[in-house]
Amino acid sequence: MEKKATRIGFSEELAILGAENEKIFVIDADLGKSCKSDKFGATYPEREINVGIAEQNAAGVAAGLATCGKIPFVVTYAIFAALRMGEMVRQEIAYPRLNVKIIGSHGGMSPARDGASHQAVEDMGVMRTIPNMTVIMPADYWSARKLTRAITEFDGPVFIRFTRDSIPIIYDDSVEFEIGKAHIAREGEDVAIIANGDTVHIALEAADKLATEGISAKVLDMHTIKPLDVEAVQDCIENIGKIITVEDHNIINGLGSAVCEVVAEMGKGKVKRFGIQDRFGESASYERLIEKNGITVGAIVQAAKQMIATDLVEVI
Amino acid sequence: MTKRTVEELKEFATDLRKKVVTMLYEAGSGHPGGSLSAADYVTACYFSEINVDPKNPKWEDRDRFVLSKGHSCPVLYAALATRGFFDEEILHTLRKEGSILQGHPNMECPGIDIPTGSLGQGLACAVGMAIGLKYDKKSSRVFAVLGDGECQEGEIWEAAATANKYKLDNLIIFVDNNNLQIDGTIDEIMPLGNLVAKFEAFGFQTYEIDGNDMEQILLTFDNIRKTAKNGKPKCIIGHTIKGKGVSFMENVCDWHGVAPKKEQWEQALKDLGEGI
Ligand SMILES: Cc1ncc(C[n+]2csc(CCOP(=O)(O)OP(=O)(O)O)c2C)c(N)n1
Ligand SMILES: [Mg+2]
Repeated sequence: MEKKATRIGFSEELAILGAENEKIFVIDADLGKSCKSDKFGATYPEREINVGIAEQNAAGVAAGLATCGKIPFVVTYAIFAALRMGEMVRQEIAYPRLNVKIIGSHGGMSPARDGASHQAVEDMGVMRTIPNMTVIMPADYWSARKLTRAITEFDGPVFIRFTRDSIPIIYDDSVEFEIGKAHIAREGEDVAIIANGDTVHIALEAADKLATEGISAKVLDMHTIKPLDVEAVQDCIENIGKIITVEDHNIINGLGSAVCEVVAEMGKGKVKRFGIQDRFGESASYERLIEKNGITVGAIVQAAKQMIATDLVEVI
Repeated sequence: MTKRTVEELKEFATDLRKKVVTMLYEAGSGHPGGSLSAADYVTACYFSEINVDPKNPKWEDRDRFVLSKGHSCPVLYAALATRGFFDEEILHTLRKEGSILQGHPNMECPGIDIPTGSLGQGLACAVGMAIGLKYDKKSSRVFAVLGDGECQEGEIWEAAATANKYKLDNLIIFVDNNNLQIDGTIDEIMPLGNLVAKFEAFGFQTYEIDGNDMEQILLTFDNIRKTAKNGKPKCIIGHTIKGKGVSFMENVCDWHGVAPKKEQWEQALKDLGEGI
């Protein structure tokens, strides 16, 4: 299967958007080469502001530009975007609901060898907790492109997270994505797997494996964790009753938590969460880090079979 | 600390550089440029100036060392191993699963006093250490190493102001002034202006030297010792060459964060001379 990092999809679409829309600005913080916004910068140098290694400043500059009717994209690693700029994002971007796009590249375990300091396990949770924020993680190159376009057309603050490492391309140019609307990647009846970002392809593989064992799994690509597609989750509970969530993020306060909030209020159904096990990352290969946190096709398949076999609610 | 000659220290610096390129080659990722530019200063610290005990890394009276530009940790790991903080064999495990030598340093590695990697944060921690050591009436000092790009972070200047207010004459900053960051030169990305004047304005006693010149580094340490108790934090602006010692890496921005491949590694070792 062909692979590409989602930051590449972002980079290419942003360069195209730059030609179409003169309001777009990029605020880099010395990670333009790394996050691939340098492509935009090379073509539209007058609309690339590189503030240097100063993320807090980058957030403020973006807020100011947004008040002038521009559409600033602040670009850095997910961990710095969510936590270093966190309060600036809250006070100066989310609170006044300014039209700033916060680009968190190198999300989850994807800055693998760099270790814990660079791996973002809490970013989507932090951003999800801030009022007015929209929080997104695309699952492949194509959805990264489509969603980069979608957030540009959307008016309001957005945090969008990309991967450093290459991940399988699962869609093609014909698939459309809407902010806040789950994408049904696979229809199924026995169990629903709700995943996002770099784990969607793992969910699809698990569904393939389950199919060989006569189990039909629905796979939802929940690229937007806020606003969550509540109806899609409710539908899974009403019609299937069993949900497995998968994410490259702490199991606390990410996709799994968001899904559980809906399920708990419904008062029925079962959920099993897969994600980073509330611990810091470490230096290792990306694949190993995902596997070490129990995010594997085998474990998902087993969990699905167990959920189908019993009525016990499993909580990690 | 044993008195070593400039020549001996230069050999140690070359040895650290060789270790750095080998570690990075074996790891397949990491940051050569900033490790090599800081190698002379790190050598002067660990093989001449600072007071640490490899057998007792948490010794309370030790000098503290904060590599605020944490991505340059390969050179620090090489120094720590050579000083005997841990087995030199461990250098081969850099960035590998389960290693104490993480891509950016953490406190599981003996000799690391604070985790770094997110730029701009180490100096504040060094300030806290300097305040704590002073409060406890210890004569220990705190050595912090900063990147020039890193000085674009606001927290650096918040910490510098704190060092001045609390008269931290036990704090010694070294700015590895190699004029390169990731996206380009410092002057292109975000000019720092006159760093010496800036730190002076923040109340520091400043020194401007060739940060790759062992003699100048040692001389500066001598001068700092003479004015040790003058109530002023010290700052050495060390002009350095990013990638220093490896011909094809010197002053090349793209060698910030990529590891050498086999042929490049062999060439690098050649550049660093045989011997040792
Ligand atoms: C807060 C933060 N922002 C961005 C980065 C990514 N980053 C790692 S090294 C680097 C450039 C550092 O330049 P400089 O401080 O001059 O170090 P040196 O040239 O000595 O390598 C950047 C932007 C980071 N580690 N931390
Ligand atoms: Mg530099």
